Amino acid sequence: MNEILIAVIPVVIIGIVCGAVLAIASKVMAVKEDERFPAVRDCLPGANCGACGFAGCDGYAKALCEDPSTPANLCIPGAAGVAKQLGEVLGVEVADVAAQKAVVHCSGSCGHTQDKVVYSGIESCAAAKLLYGGKGSCTFGCLGLGDCAAVCPENAITIRDGVACVSAADCIGCGMCTKACPNRLIALLPATETVVVACSNRDKGAATRKVCDVGCIGCRKCEKACPSGAIKVTGNVARIDYEKCTGCGACAEVCTTKCIVKR
Amino acid sequence: MTTFIVILLSAVFVNNYVLTRFLGICPFLGVSKKLDSAVGMSLAVIFVMLMATAATWPIQTFLLTPNNLDYLQTIVFILVIAALVQLVEIVLKRYVPSLHQSLGVYLPLITTNCAVLGVTILNITENYTFAESMVNSLGSGLGFMLAMVMFSGVRSKLEGADIPESFKGLPVTLVAASITSLSFLGFGGVVENMFPV
Repeated sequence: MNEILIAVIPVVIIGIVCGAVLAIASKVMAVKEDERFPAVRDCLPGANCGACGFAGCDGYAKALCEDPSTPANLCIPGAAGVAKQLGEVLGVEVADVAAQKAVVHCSGSCGHTQDKVVYSGIESCAAAKLLYGGKGSCTFGCLGLGDCAAVCPENAITIRDGVACVSAADCIGCGMCTKACPNRLIALLPATETVVVACSNRDKGAATRKVCDVGCIGCRKCEKACPSGAIKVTGNVARIDYEKCTGCGACAEVCTTKCIVKR
Repeated sequence: MTTFIVILLSAVFVNNYVLTRFLGICPFLGVSKKLDSAVGMSLAVIFVMLMATAATWPIQTFLLTPNNLDYLQTIVFILVIAALVQLVEIVLKRYVPSLHQSLGVYLPLITTNCAVLGVTILNITENYTFAESMVNSLGSGLGFMLAMVMFSGVRSKLEGADIPESFKGLPVTLVAASITSLSFLGFGGVVENMFPV
């Protein structure tokens, strides 16, 4: 009996001492969690899309609590509603969020452009791009294998007739697709803008024409037609300066290949 | 001085904890996928090994051995190390948040890792003095780091390799681990011959 006690008692004592030290330490050295954190986190939509530039909603909420200089209007999916809530929780004035939508700068569907090879590799744009720039004759255009659709958290992108289409109603403007596209065809535009150059082919006009019926040939008709000087052809493809664009659609009317579209 | 160098080098190379003693295999296979997490884990292991040795060696020498309680070694060591790691975590979180951020995830994982428990017990069985024990712990931790960093390199090569379907994942990792381990058997006897006593 004595031998058992001699073994048990020291272990119990050591256990009690360790437990007591830990209990005291966790009380004395407790780190105060910011009490606003749960409230801030609840305001955010929880899509973890990363559009704010932080590692998910938790990261953004943490940054908001710890660093008062973090703007509260960075959540694009949450738009003005979330920014307003955040402003109330944090007690700061918040500037409005400009809602953004993804647009695809390509309209080369199967009817307008041709395949140069039969591709039977991995079903991924990034992989197809490595193989002679993809199966289509236009190496700048949509590869149509849906890397953008795969990353979209809202399933707002579908591949229709070989070209990615963004459903504006579902798009939350997180910008995941802009990073996924190996040809960088997708860009975020303010939701109010309606005129889009649906082509990214930087080849000269004749070369573009050979590979696609609706490619921008750089004819500069749109430049002349634009009343506000918002459209410029740079690198053989028309680009709209949305600071100046009034959305009149004059460029879309004169466009030779109808690659400028008014939504 | 020579004794310390011999202990350090043999702990790193000859008696490498992972590759020749086969202790701490769990983190070796689990956390070696990426170099940065392998380094983070190894730093945490070095840190905990040193702390654990500093705590357990006095307990063994001044508490257990004088009272003929040597048979309680394992359970007491586990208890002390577990409590110590928890305490260290609390202290780090409070006073050194940056270190807590980088070690944070790995500290609870190695609370009573067998490599940590192994080094404390082997220090006792080898009859090392306190200073020798600390050197041995440092060497063991460095050896663990060496194995982790090397193996994360091997694994990054495996990722791009064309592996037969049935070997993918853990099987090929184990094959690679065994070959890496074989290479370390080559160190046997090297240190003893470098410093003839």
